[in-house]
Amino acid sequence: MNAPSSTMADRRADPPAPSPSRLRLPLVWLRRAGGGWLMRGCLLLLALFVLIALFAPWIAPQDPTFGELGNGFAGPGPDHWLGTDLGGHDTFSALIEGTRTSLAGPLAVVLFSTTLGVAVGLFTAWRGGWVDTAVGRVLDILFAFPALLLAILAVALFGKGLTAPVLAMAIAYMPYTARLVRGLTAQEKTRPYIAAYQVQGHSAVFIAFRRLLPNITPTVLAQSTVNFGYALLDLAALSFLGLGVQPPTPDWGSMINQGQAAVLQGQPLSAIVPAVAVVLVVVAFNVVGENLGDRLAGRES
Amino acid sequence: MPLLEFNDLSVALPGMARPILNGVSLTVAAGEAVALVGESGSGKSVTARAALGLFPAGAAIGGHVRVDGADLVGADAGCLHEVRTGKASMIFQDPRAGINPVRRVGDFLTESLRLTGGWSRARAGARALELLTAVGLPDPVRHLRQYPHELSGGMLQRVMIAGALTAEPRLLLCDEPTTALDVTTQAEIMAILRRLQRERGLGLLLITHDIDLAAATCDRIYVMYAGRIVETGTATELLTAPRHPYTAGLLGSTPPLDGPLGRLTPIRGVPMGLLEAAPGCSFAARCPHARPGLCDRTAPDLARPAPVQVPASTAQRGPALVACHLADEIDGRPAMAAVCASPSEEDR
Amino acid sequence: MNTAPAPAPVPTPAPASPGGPLLQVSGLRKTYSTGGTQVVAVDDLSFSLHPGGALGLVGESGSGKTTTARMLVGLERPDHGQILVQGAPIAATVRGRAARLARAKAVQIVFQDPYLSLDGRISIGTTIDGVLRLHGCGDRAARAGRVRELLAQVGLGDRESAALPRQLSGGQRQRAAIARALAVEPAVLVLDEAVSALDVSVQAQVLNLLSDIRRDTGIGLVFVSHDLAVVRYVCDEALVMYRGRTMEHQPVADLLTAPRHPYTRLLLASVPRPGWDPDAIGRRRRALDVLPGDTGSPTAPTAPTAPTAPIA
Repeated sequence: MNAPSSTMADRRADPPAPSPSRLRLPLVWLRRAGGGWLMRGCLLLLALFVLIALFAPWIAPQDPTFGELGNGFAGPGPDHWLGTDLGGHDTFSALIEGTRTSLAGPLAVVLFSTTLGVAVGLFTAWRGGWVDTAVGRVLDILFAFPALLLAILAVALFGKGLTAPVLAMAIAYMPYTARLVRGLTAQEKTRPYIAAYQVQGHSAVFIAFRRLLPNITPTVLAQSTVNFGYALLDLAALSFLGLGVQPPTPDWGSMINQGQAAVLQGQPLSAIVPAVAVVLVVVAFNVVGENLGDRLAGRES
Repeated sequence: MPLLEFNDLSVALPGMARPILNGVSLTVAAGEAVALVGESGSGKSVTARAALGLFPAGAAIGGHVRVDGADLVGADAGCLHEVRTGKASMIFQDPRAGINPVRRVGDFLTESLRLTGGWSRARAGARALELLTAVGLPDPVRHLRQYPHELSGGMLQRVMIAGALTAEPRLLLCDEPTTALDVTTQAEIMAILRRLQRERGLGLLLITHDIDLAAATCDRIYVMYAGRIVETGTATELLTAPRHPYTAGLLGSTPPLDGPLGRLTPIRGVPMGLLEAAPGCSFAARCPHARPGLCDRTAPDLARPAPVQVPASTAQRGPALVACHLADEIDGRPAMAAVCASPSEEDR
Repeated sequence: MNTAPAPAPVPTPAPASPGGPLLQVSGLRKTYSTGGTQVVAVDDLSFSLHPGGALGLVGESGSGKTTTARMLVGLERPDHGQILVQGAPIAATVRGRAARLARAKAVQIVFQDPYLSLDGRISIGTTIDGVLRLHGCGDRAARAGRVRELLAQVGLGDRESAALPRQLSGGQRQRAAIARALAVEPAVLVLDEAVSALDVSVQAQVLNLLSDIRRDTGIGLVFVSHDLAVVRYVCDEALVMYRGRTMEHQPVADLLTAPRHPYTRLLLASVPRPGWDPDAIGRRRRALDVLPGDTGSPTAPTAPTAPTAPIA
């Protein structure tokens, strides 16, 4: 390849993007996020849930841990917008407060697994050779473990609660990020701009973390977004099994668990409401993650 | 009637400051090798695709493209299919991009014959063998059973040429066919293309950035800049007495392999992008002769310039046409001298 | 690295300057193993470059010219042989900051593809400032002045300094890449097909820029290219490689007017020009193909591997 290739030459200089005013920034972000109404709707939905989680105690009309005995399975009304459950807890308030634990768990899983995965992937791909091969094998083995199984194992060993399953799932989710980062790094490492940094005399650590990593970060974030949805689903399942968040702390998974008996009694609302919340958030995270990934792929080609 | 005829073809995309192609007229007759020379963004590849009736999606198209008499602008699918499968074939820059990597070379060559021509396997296979022999592959029987990755770039480009010939086209469009290849391989590919073109009386349109390659292999040359044809003439005319400052600039930018070695006289600035437009001559901003008030106001038409006083040996009065207001005042060599006079501002 | 057996007695030209050669390469060899077979990318390559000199490494794909360029800047480790810059051997592996910086000061490189050789996230000015900071060039203000100076040297201004690579044209990016390499103030600059991805008119601008830099800085150039005409314009010596081996090494003017190796003659004949006969080239190439793969001497009877005479 010695002469100009037309694909290369046809790429023209981009005009600099106009800088939006600070006040209109969120709107501009949303518009720039693009991807059609589905993507925008999902982004708005996720933003809404994050706000709810942040301000839950101020939004929730009642204390969800307070059970009005004798007022179980109340229908929706002015006192209880979405009714109550068996123990007379306000479903709407539980949903609002439950947003916190339901989002914080997956957040912790994603933070831990991404940090670990980036470190492992970057290191092995950069080193190459037998280190890369050996770590690759270990990752393959980890892939074989379903995250939920590992989380249940952690509960069995360390007891119920959020901490042990979150750490176990962080390890189970790590290979997904590690494999992605490993592939991206191996590819990016062959680019001449990385070679130029090496020739300039920069240290490997500097090049890998300060120069290469920022160039692959968008793709890693897209993967993490998808992971978040799955982690939420797994943790909700754990709570549903009664192994995760323990009542009376409100959590969507355990709400479904407690509501399942009620479904059979013809009182489905207290189970359906948190279930819908789980589905909405997981779908929204998937849509946003896939969309980010697609658009990054488009930009690359 | 020419085999390929562009008549005042314009292709414009919404959101671009200027049309991709602006009033392009060119002809290729049967048995004639013609080159279209231009830099990136000149529109030369769009022109090649237009000759197959392939236009950018959403483009506004004006003028006519005729292949063997059939107008491709606004043509129905049946007419386009007929042209693409029987009258014109295209060879691209990257042979690997045009071939399915998991299928054998033989399948690639026989597929269209068997599917659209309804040929039997044996007959198509014999034809493929014949074509591979025609493009000078050393061991055609073995190559038919090989996969694309087993062949070098030069060999694969020959397979692509063979593939382009399966439909027995009358017009061969070559879009930078040797740009990705080594110089010695380039020579072999060009030799094959020229031989096939002569033997079969094909019309050949060579799209290239290399004016020397164009001059060495083609009878006539069109020079394109920012979507317009700025000069056309025989290879000898263009190389010895270019009349358009852009053509002269291209020649002044190419280091010579022999003869005196002076400082190169590059064209200042960069080729015009699709987001830029000029009300007058699109080359005015880079032109050392540009006359304010004239060149930056009105776009020059492609016209026959007045003959220049040059020695009889180089004075070719062929079909030369130039799109330059000042073509009557400058001829190639003084133009280059004028560029030499101002080396200080060349690079900015 | 000194694993090479005592370098073969390469007929080295007499030093052209009192300080000895700027760059001396002797007995360089590099093999790759792919799928169990050994491929010799570069075999017994020797040459030297005097201060201010420019050597063209000419060859087609697979000739080993790019592997050589990468070995010169330490991106590949040679199996055998030695690279001396200003008399000091360049280590094949560097450990520690001081060794890395010393190696960077010896040789820098400009790559072929201006679209991939700059970090897309970082502005041109910041990129060059980063190089200066790494090499300890003064405080922020001093570096800003030097950045401006370096960019001016390659014909770029403040607007380009603030721009991200994607906001610049191919020619501007390649100028930026040259400025980035010069920021280290290397003794030798390697250009690996550095102008071949550019449009003809832009390529000429960069070629003139390179000859200006050569004139103004006295830097040594190793110019890797497939284009003999471009090599003629930039270099005073040329070394023709084919399948890793040196076919011919001569002053450019002699190489072009009186090529001694059949392969050089083939390369020359392959350059399109009026009256070109591509048919003949194909025949000659096939005749040659049997020759260099043999274990026997790849060079023609008359062609020694060393340059006949250095140019002062």
